[in-house]
Amino acid sequence: MNAPMKITPAPVRKTIVVNAPQPRAFEVFTTRFGHWWPKSHHIGPAEMAEAVIEPRIGGRWYEKGVDGSECEWGKVLAWEPPSRVLLSWRINGQFKLDDNMDSAVEVRFIAEDSNTTCVELEHRITAVDGEALRAAVDAPQGWSGLLAVYAEAAQAE
Amino acid sequence: MAYEMALAALADQTRRRVLEQLRHGPRPVGDIAARLPVSRPAVSQHLKVLKEAGLVREERRGTQHIYEIDPKGLGPLRAWLDQLWDVALENFRAEVGAPPKKGTGK
Repeated sequence: MNAPMKITPAPVRKTIVVNAPQPRAFEVFTTRFGHWWPKSHHIGPAEMAEAVIEPRIGGRWYEKGVDGSECEWGKVLAWEPPSRVLLSWRINGQFKLDDNMDSAVEVRFIAEDSNTTCVELEHRITAVDGEALRAAVDAPQGWSGLLAVYAEAAQAE
Repeated sequence: MAYEMALAALADQTRRRVLEQLRHGPRPVGDIAARLPVSRPAVSQHLKVLKEAGLVREERRGTQHIYEIDPKGLGPLRAWLDQLWDVALENFRAEVGAPPKKGTGK
């Protein structure tokens, strides 16, 4: 009788133009992910030493702590160099992999000319289980919780 | 910060259900209570907390209290996320613009 609560939130969309050919933009975003991701934003208990996107479908997206611990963010769902990458984001409020979390980050790389690339990013959630949402919301600084609760109405205006 | 207050308000399961009832548009209190296994005074109390957290807003039409999701209230949550990706993507842009380091380039 207790159907899981589902929320379909509005995605966060970002567009940025970089001065680089499309293949380089793709490469820096993915294989050099750990070089630019802000180290202040890590989900593991230890300070972040590096963050990695394994360059293949099914590859892991994870961070490595300074103590050697690894914390998984998600998986590579689509790997289409140099134009597109789709990553799952399956971290719940306990900072653990949770299949109830159905968040994904899609990044598209569009060549504008030989040395300019438009990068479009969309972070979306298709559905969230109530318990997962509760756990996420309860967690301090729960990013996944934040993602889950900004309902579609939030950007209706 | 505003989003922390919103998170605290949403930590309660019943409150999340009350908010869920407003996903598809404004509703009077009685209508919300009728759809939940919770008394009307309890629903009113939950709506008050949600309102204080800036998640819903209230409008009076005659004797009815109509509640709806406050897009401005959820704004801080979204802004926080926006900011995170803004920071990350600015770093990314800087990294792309930087000359490839020896040994790591193609």
